[in-house]
Amino acid sequence: MHEITLLSGKGGTGKTTIAAALASVARDAVFCDADVDAADLHLILKPDILEEHRLESNWVAIIDDELCTHCSLCVEYCRFDAIHYKPSGGLEINPFDCEGCRLCERICPEQAIRSERNNNNFWYVSNSRFGTLVHAKMGAGEQNSGKLVTEVRKKTREIAQNTGAKFIITDGPPGIGCPVISALTGTHKVLMVIEPTKSGLHDAGRLIELAGNFNIDIFAVINKYDINDQVTGEIEKYLHENSIPLLVKIPFDTVMVEAMLQAKTIVEYQPYSNISKMIHQIWESIAETEYTEVEKVK
Amino acid sequence: MPVKIAIASGKGGTGKTTVAVNLFHFIRQFRTNHVLLVDCDVEEPNDLIFFPDATPVDEKDANQLIPEINTDKCTFCRRCVEYCEFNAIVVIPLVQFAEINPGLCHSCGACLVACRDEAITEKPYSIGKIRSHTIDGKAHLLVGSLKIGSAMQTLLIKTLKKQPVNEAEIILYDSPPGTSCPVVTTTADADYVILVTEPTPFGLNDLKLTVDLLRELGKSFGVIVNKAGLGNRDLYDYLDKENIEIIGEIPFNKAYASVYARGALLKQIPKEIEDLYQNIIIEIIEKTGHYA
Repeated sequence: MHEITLLSGKGGTGKTTIAAALASVARDAVFCDADVDAADLHLILKPDILEEHRLESNWVAIIDDELCTHCSLCVEYCRFDAIHYKPSGGLEINPFDCEGCRLCERICPEQAIRSERNNNNFWYVSNSRFGTLVHAKMGAGEQNSGKLVTEVRKKTREIAQNTGAKFIITDGPPGIGCPVISALTGTHKVLMVIEPTKSGLHDAGRLIELAGNFNIDIFAVINKYDINDQVTGEIEKYLHENSIPLLVKIPFDTVMVEAMLQAKTIVEYQPYSNISKMIHQIWESIAETEYTEVEKVK
Repeated sequence: MPVKIAIASGKGGTGKTTVAVNLFHFIRQFRTNHVLLVDCDVEEPNDLIFFPDATPVDEKDANQLIPEINTDKCTFCRRCVEYCEFNAIVVIPLVQFAEINPGLCHSCGACLVACRDEAITEKPYSIGKIRSHTIDGKAHLLVGSLKIGSAMQTLLIKTLKKQPVNEAEIILYDSPPGTSCPVVTTTADADYVILVTEPTPFGLNDLKLTVDLLRELGKSFGVIVNKAGLGNRDLYDYLDKENIEIIGEIPFNKAYASVYARGALLKQIPKEIEDLYQNIIIEIIEKTGHYA
């Protein structure tokens, strides 16, 4: 079983659009939306939710006004500046700043602080017209996007193993921070979706450097390549110098947005278009290497 | 007190940086030179790309304090393990092993309080760089750049926001995408938040998540619709129904996208874009009560 993770560094380059398109041409695959704090893949895959699960999340500390003597020892110890005086007097903890380390709870001489679990993170196993999708909905302002990414990926793997699926297609988050690190850990291949802007190239470079630390094979596509031919040229040179295969260059076309408005993938919306052919090509390049590797193992 | 304005979006690639960079430019032109742009998208900072002539002023490391256990002093009591909520400490008394995993450590300091043998000390560990640039000695750019491999983006944003603001009257925070903790940290002290979105199903879905977040945080905010003309009217229906104000609309234009692509956003500004930002600035100034 092989997991292919779509990443980009920069946001809005087309990861989800291409992940959905790949879903419509992939065989033997299950799907995972690992962009948990702005999940969009379900908008195209329109899944029927089969299972809903809650992810036990971090602790949040709460001060009991009745017991608190305002000694402010907790303010001194809190490294996250989460505890403040209220305008009305007394102390309060900002739940968005609280890291859940529970140190304030331990050092409070009055035992006026307790912690509660913040249970706003959900993940789902769903059925879509292309196969199983594992996705999530994170509570607003939650801290555990990395944990949630790990959770949805773990479940997807389990399903792939149980059903004998050969591939996992994972739609990844933007950036290079903790959710991306969680998405990279243990994946087999990264498909970079790069847009031809200075920002797109800069951000892709940082991500490729990060993926390099994980020793993962990287493939790339350039999306909306004709927005700027010169920057596309620079990206091609960069990919070549870093020995990253460039699979296709997809042109800018408002038909991609039209398909999205119909909640269809480009392959469903215009099966014989040039872009749909390119999607098939991407899938074949990825799947072919995988199938050969599987054969080799046998 | 300077006025603080955050530019956020939910979905990536809707035009946060475009708006932030233009606001910075036009606030200088129409309002005041004392403006500071803080690039809080520390995972992928791009604001500097648009200011090739900015002069570097300062560069320093941002650090996380990581504890270390001195096994000569450690009595392997495992109290620190019990205190650590992040499973970052491994102590095996039988083989006198005690170690902290820096990748899991949140630098909360609980283990130092737990230890009764003075066996734990903290050492600074770089999580990225903070760079300061200036345009003319008055307007400044502050950029945080997360060290590749570090998962401490929120701590870096917090550190970034504690830097001196150089007599700025207006501070702009360019936020990372998403709706999780880095966005909360970026918008936490903002007087007003500008949400940049696009009229597509993805743009709308992620905008809704961000609106929920800002309402929970009690922030005042308005929306700039970027790439107007693409997509459909669902976004406008939503904004209307939720009574959310549109403070500006930037039409989709492939030629303009190409100018952004090569980093020349501020070199060729169409007249209608200039007018648009002039109006946006007047609106925001009214909303935040900044009459400088």
